[in-house]
Amino acid sequence: MGNHSDGSPNHSGTVATAGQNEVEKFQDPGLPPHRLRLADTDPKAAKRAERQVALLFGTSVVGTLIFLVAYFAIDLGEGAGIATIRLQNALLGVGTAFAMLGIGTGIVHWAKALMPDHEVSEERHAIRTEDDRQAAVRIVDDIVDETGIKRRPLIRNTLLGAVALAPLPALAIFGDLGPRPDRKLAHTMWAPVDGQLKRLTRDPDGTPIRASDVTLGSAFHVIPEGLNDLHEGKLNEKAKAVVLLMRLDPASLNPSEGREDWGYNGIVAYSKICTHVGCPVALYEQQTHHLLCPCHQSTFDLTQECKVIFGPASRPLPQLPIAVDDEGYLVATSDFKEPVGPSYWERDEHERIINS
Amino acid sequence: MSASSTAKAPAFVATTKAGRVTDFVDARVGGSGILREFGRKVFPDHWSFMFGEVALYSFVILLLSGTFLTFFFDPSMAHTNYDGSYVPLKGVEMSVAYSSSLDISFDVRGGLFMRQVHHWSALLFVASIAVHMLRVFFTGAFRKPREMNWVVGGVLLILAMAAGFTGYSLPDDLLSGNGLRIIDGVMKSIPVIGTYASFFFFGGEFPGYAVIGRLYMLHILLVPALILLMIVLHLFMVVVHKHTQYPGPGRNDGNVVGYPLGPVYAAKAGGFFFIVFGVIALMAAFFTINPIWNYGPYDPSPVSAGTQPDWYIGFVDGALRLMPGVIGDFHFEYVIFGYTLSLNVLLPALVPAGILFTVMFMYPWIESWITKDNREHHVLDRPRNAPTRTAIGVAGFVWYCVMWAAAGSDLIATHFYVSLNDVTYWLRALFFIGPIIAFIVAKRVALALQRKDREIALHGRETGRIVRLPHGEFIEVHAPLDEYKRYKLVGFESPAPLPAVPNDHGIVTRKEKQRAFLSKWFFEDRVAPATPAELEAAHGHHAHPAVEAAEESKSLSH
Repeated sequence: MGNHSDGSPNHSGTVATAGQNEVEKFQDPGLPPHRLRLADTDPKAAKRAERQVALLFGTSVVGTLIFLVAYFAIDLGEGAGIATIRLQNALLGVGTAFAMLGIGTGIVHWAKALMPDHEVSEERHAIRTEDDRQAAVRIVDDIVDETGIKRRPLIRNTLLGAVALAPLPALAIFGDLGPRPDRKLAHTMWAPVDGQLKRLTRDPDGTPIRASDVTLGSAFHVIPEGLNDLHEGKLNEKAKAVVLLMRLDPASLNPSEGREDWGYNGIVAYSKICTHVGCPVALYEQQTHHLLCPCHQSTFDLTQECKVIFGPASRPLPQLPIAVDDEGYLVATSDFKEPVGPSYWERDEHERIINS
Repeated sequence: MSASSTAKAPAFVATTKAGRVTDFVDARVGGSGILREFGRKVFPDHWSFMFGEVALYSFVILLLSGTFLTFFFDPSMAHTNYDGSYVPLKGVEMSVAYSSSLDISFDVRGGLFMRQVHHWSALLFVASIAVHMLRVFFTGAFRKPREMNWVVGGVLLILAMAAGFTGYSLPDDLLSGNGLRIIDGVMKSIPVIGTYASFFFFGGEFPGYAVIGRLYMLHILLVPALILLMIVLHLFMVVVHKHTQYPGPGRNDGNVVGYPLGPVYAAKAGGFFFIVFGVIALMAAFFTINPIWNYGPYDPSPVSAGTQPDWYIGFVDGALRLMPGVIGDFHFEYVIFGYTLSLNVLLPALVPAGILFTVMFMYPWIESWITKDNREHHVLDRPRNAPTRTAIGVAGFVWYCVMWAAAGSDLIATHFYVSLNDVTYWLRALFFIGPIIAFIVAKRVALALQRKDREIALHGRETGRIVRLPHGEFIEVHAPLDEYKRYKLVGFESPAPLPAVPNDHGIVTRKEKQRAFLSKWFFEDRVAPATPAELEAAHGHHAHPAVEAAEESKSLSH
């Protein structure tokens, strides 16, 4: 790095430099002379400050009273609307604020105006003395020496091994924090039960949807039939099974090979769970046929089988194959053909198992 | 022994009431040594030293308001049907946790106020820690002997964020539930153990029935206990080191200049607690924070647009938003040995935060390695007097702010009527070039301010008084500074680059060469403090002795 051994700054033409370490410096003039405050010289001003402090403390008393009145006088019983709660909240806050600010500003004003304001200089003491330092180092050396740990590597190494392994039970004992994942993430409620195909129903009331109800350009938030009857684990199932149903002009859909019959008459269903980190992809732009996730703005194009066209997601939304049953209701012909939601380590393995 | 000695010597009798009380306590617990040490201990005074106090006080307020909330909150995720007094949600199925949060808001008198106090002080707690750390960084207060206290402060920042996040999720409303959903997605992106981590955290599949109870335990026991422990360590080290002070006349590395603890400093600091409390109470009174009743219970299907995390999580969320999932045909999620690796989630969630915190924790040692400065520092640097450090800090700050702004990219787009995609593209660009621009600008500004200081020290301050000289020239009268003000402008060190030096074997190691290179980068551009000789030279071209020049410096100069 060049020849800067003199450390001189003249390499830099941009900056005015003058003076080196050897050059004489300004002497520290010491603490500036103390300036008296008004209250130090004028007894009237001191008296005034005293009254101001008292007044501030008095304000605090008023604040405490406001709080107590607001707490006891305002009834939150039946019939109390949000306006009552808002009023009580505001008054409790104002009361507390006065009570606290009165004390706080009063004390600070007292300190600043009336208490001695001489700045004092105090010596800093070294954190440790040289004596202590040497003694401490010697003691540590002696201790280490007396254990003989350096001379007895067998002891040292077995101890290290034992200490390294000892925390394992402490980790293992947390093994029951949760069940093994197994393949739970690979399946959803949409899988037909005993050959019975699941109907698509409206979220949240669970009424089935007729294909004829789905007009061109409309969108439905969909849950599987029977979800609302679940008691245990309803949200767990819902978190995987929610679907968006939309109807487009069939000509604008470009189904890939093998997926031509996954829709019905321009009606298609896609998982609503973002493939990024799992937020619901709840925004449908009817004109552009884009689906937008409001959490991180991943954008999916319906006309390209929900391919990612913008944002942090990397994978298309999984499509739910649908058809119409004898009564004209939309049904899922099978479960999703891939795991829904955010990616996980075993995801690809699960996808292969589903499709095999 | 002490009994016998006091019996012999004429006993000291306290004359005042306060003195007698002190003596009574002292005779039983022996605190006189402590009081003697601390009763008049000197603390330097500066407004920028109060950020740490704000953090401490908001933590106290958090403990007070949080304790109140625990009496009414029930962290159960069991299903229930709401039967409280908030009419729009009557009969709605929800978790007990959400229902009890609503009860706190609507059916417990003062409950809403305490919730608001708790949430506002949590936001203030993290904010004041962050600002306090910026102050410590930019003034060089982290230098020896305070490096370890800087690390403890960094740990406190992380713990404060952890406390905030665990608490944010407790009401189990729609907004916080989506926050947990994002955490779930991030966890699942961890290679090998991610799925297990998520299942263990949630006690099964997301959202499960366990997570609120677990977060509750973390939020009210483990994290606050750790915070308390760290605060004790932090303050203990402050006492050991004594406080730093800003440079100025009469202040040096060997002394502490300020007010004695009792009464002035204690009164100001104690009074300040009530002021912080009062301000938080005002915010809680008038500014709604986290109106969970508007969001509804958590449900994996709906989501509200324009949702925001609490501010301190924003930078991670923003990084998640900025990362493209696909560039051209390259997908950041790919399959490796039959397993899925989701770099589009993993990288932004871990890398920027990892870089920020790693550099932050290591910075004291990085700087002292470059500068070879192993001295103790108790006098702070004015940020302008350490231009490169200041520039590094500003660059990091801007980087953080770009990510933070990205967490509001949708709101920026809707409020300013610009395209959401363009906002993201710009922020992606700023993510890379923002810190570089910030570094250059900050460094130049610091150097310019230093030069301004030099000029003021040498030529005095502008008075705004224009004088016409006999021959017609107009000049502005500059008033010289008094020696105290001048010393503030000239009393600093301006280290020069340290070239590489050979080690004991006479070899200039590669590491040493790198150090010398960084040293040059650090100190190459520098402004030296003005010297008495320069001041003399500046005061006219007549050769006065230095002393006289200083005294006469009231003349017209320029």
